[in-house]
Amino acid sequence: MSNGPVIFFRRCVTLITVAAVASIIHADRILANEAMFAGSAERGKVAFVKHGCWQCHGFEGQGSVATSNCAVLAPNPASFETFASFVRSTNRSMPAYREAILSNADLADIYVFLQSIPETPNYRNIPLLNR
Amino acid sequence: MERKDSNTDMNRRKFLTRAAVVGTATPVMLRNTDAATTASLPEEIVRRPSARAPNAKVAAAETETPQEPNYANGRPGSDFMVDVIKTLDIKYMPSNPASSFRGLHESLIDYGGNKQPEFLTCMHEESAVGMAHGYFKVSGKPLLTLCHGTVGLQHAAMAIYNAWCDRVPVLVVGGNDLDAATRPPGVPTIHSAQDINALVRDFTKWDDTPVSAQHFAQSFVRMYKIATTPPYGPVMMSLDAGLQQEPIRENGVKLYIPRFVPSSPPQGDSGAVKEAARLLARAERPVIVVDRAARTANGIKLLVELAETLQAPVVDMGGRMNFPKTHSLSRPANIIGQADVVIGMELSDFWGVVNSYIDNGDNGVGFNESKIKSSTKLISINSVELNTKANYQDFQRFLTIDVSMPADAEATLPALIDAVKSAIPDGRSAAISKRGDAIRRAHAEARENVKQAAAIAWDASPISTARLVMETWAQIKDLDWSLVSTAGNVSDWPNRLWPMEQHYHWLGGSGGYGVGYGAPASIGAALANRDLGRFSVSIQSDGDLMYAPGVLWTAARHRIPLLAVMHNNRGYHQEVMHIQRVANFRDRVAYLGEDLAPVGTSIQNPDIEYHKLAESMGWWAKGPIKHPGDLGPAIKEAVAVVQSGQPALLNVWTQPR
Repeated sequence: MSNGPVIFFRRCVTLITVAAVASIIHADRILANEAMFAGSAERGKVAFVKHGCWQCHGFEGQGSVATSNCAVLAPNPASFETFASFVRSTNRSMPAYREAILSNADLADIYVFLQSIPETPNYRNIPLLNR
Repeated sequence: MERKDSNTDMNRRKFLTRAAVVGTATPVMLRNTDAATTASLPEEIVRRPSARAPNAKVAAAETETPQEPNYANGRPGSDFMVDVIKTLDIKYMPSNPASSFRGLHESLIDYGGNKQPEFLTCMHEESAVGMAHGYFKVSGKPLLTLCHGTVGLQHAAMAIYNAWCDRVPVLVVGGNDLDAATRPPGVPTIHSAQDINALVRDFTKWDDTPVSAQHFAQSFVRMYKIATTPPYGPVMMSLDAGLQQEPIRENGVKLYIPRFVPSSPPQGDSGAVKEAARLLARAERPVIVVDRAARTANGIKLLVELAETLQAPVVDMGGRMNFPKTHSLSRPANIIGQADVVIGMELSDFWGVVNSYIDNGDNGVGFNESKIKSSTKLISINSVELNTKANYQDFQRFLTIDVSMPADAEATLPALIDAVKSAIPDGRSAAISKRGDAIRRAHAEARENVKQAAAIAWDASPISTARLVMETWAQIKDLDWSLVSTAGNVSDWPNRLWPMEQHYHWLGGSGGYGVGYGAPASIGAALANRDLGRFSVSIQSDGDLMYAPGVLWTAARHRIPLLAVMHNNRGYHQEVMHIQRVANFRDRVAYLGEDLAPVGTSIQNPDIEYHKLAESMGWWAKGPIKHPGDLGPAIKEAVAVVQSGQPALLNVWTQPR
């Protein structure tokens, strides 16, 4: 018996699946970007405190020994997609914030707040760190 | 030696023995003297007394209100105890006063002249033991502390557990009124127990309850010897109040004080040392991990020699100042994953060094992941294996070790270094040297990265912990400084940024992680540094200080200079994060009430004015300092105060970590 029709059918299913996944990801990106563009740094600062992000990351997102290898959130946070995906699922060291406890709107606000934190000066320009 | 009593007065031990016998026999005797009852019973069922009837004196002692025995006839036993204590050159005795050791207390200050040891008035037994703990880590000499047998010892227990876990010798003597027949009724009896040592037996190296002056002499010297033989640890003595107060009865046998001769620390077996050296010398990527390896300044030198011989990176877990932070072979723990041989020295948790545990599993069960390859060989030198007890779990998870030496690391290092030098194969020198070059480059790069990380949030308010640490450093860097405590977590900035090189630059943590260690231990360490002419600085957290803040008064009272820069993050921050974590696991929003952090974890509303608290107890103090620009000038002012001999505290509002 020829396997031709079976192979053709499988390829069709694969193509349809890939297209569907791509469109979902694309739609998510659009939604994510829209949510992010609607975000507010002011509201984000409040949400950052309210949801306890400051506890490990500090009020300025500077990180601490409680964050993996003292990783920092700000300035220059990762892309919103990476950021949002991490917060929702995490690397297991950080407890995940699912939508039930952190809305998409709050998440976008927090991201915009982190983006608003000014660039860190080069330590060479800070006398106490340059001895 | 049995004590003999030739006089007719009631001897305390004889009295106890007689009282026990007579107490059992008396009801029987009374029944048998009731003629009306016994006359009608057949002879075979009339029970005979098992002891003679008490004489009038014993009967009176049993039935009348106990009288205070006359202890004024002769030299008190506690004077001899002071003679014993003085032979051991114990400089201080931080203690909270109590009736159960009033005899010894009086002898120490009046007969002993309040010198060697000098009584330091403490306001909590936990503070007293914490001070002794910190003192030892600077001076290398144990202190004695006295405590009230039951209630005082329960106060002291947490600090004793810290000393146990941190392998620090503390001599604890608890007063206890054993003689139920003569001790004062009421409160002193409530404060007595059959065996007070049982309270702390699970986390002390040894304990005893002497029953004579000579027994005290032997046991006190013995407890000193046991405490100061590695692995170090706290020891306990229950000291009978009556024994302190009653006169010495030599009865022709002269009391003597045994001479103290220190024991040599246990050294690793020669065969095991040779095998460890062979593995290290032939390794491609050996890593040295140390925790409480350097007991003395010489331990640091030996570790440097071993590391340089192998050109191997050293990961310092921070239980002590083991390895200079400025040395190019000093590396962080994340390099352990690259190792083909790991040697761990005096590690409190070897399993935790080579494995990770992530507290984020289902149903509260975390994930365990190995950091090393299955082929990695593990070597351990750890004296604590000689002193493991069953109940408290400070021995951590079990780990299979390829070469395990239950021995003192510092004492074993000279033999190990010689063996490694002999074991390095011909032609390996170039490869070893190349390995060192790569580690040096990584060290230099890491220094740059750490400084840049410290710059983040540099101007933040509340003040960043990196800024707190570096503003402090700027004011003490030209002094002979000692960082005596970092209670609370400031993201390891001192270890990452300060050039720690001397053994007193860093003293490690509490050991048992019992909150409340920082304040008393830093004051005890500052006391030792005061006598050595060094400047002491601590980073004092808020929650830790409030466990027993009365120790601030002790520092002022005894003029112990210390600069305490507060890391006041207004919460029990570890618990802040724990509650947040569990709430997230359960998809629930943590309830904050009116605070910043989950209910029950904040120290807010009202904010504690620590500067006023310290000021009220004789400290120079300032605060709250919330803006980074105000910090440097305040520290400068405080340093001048401390240099004049007074303790100073700055209440600084900080970022959480």
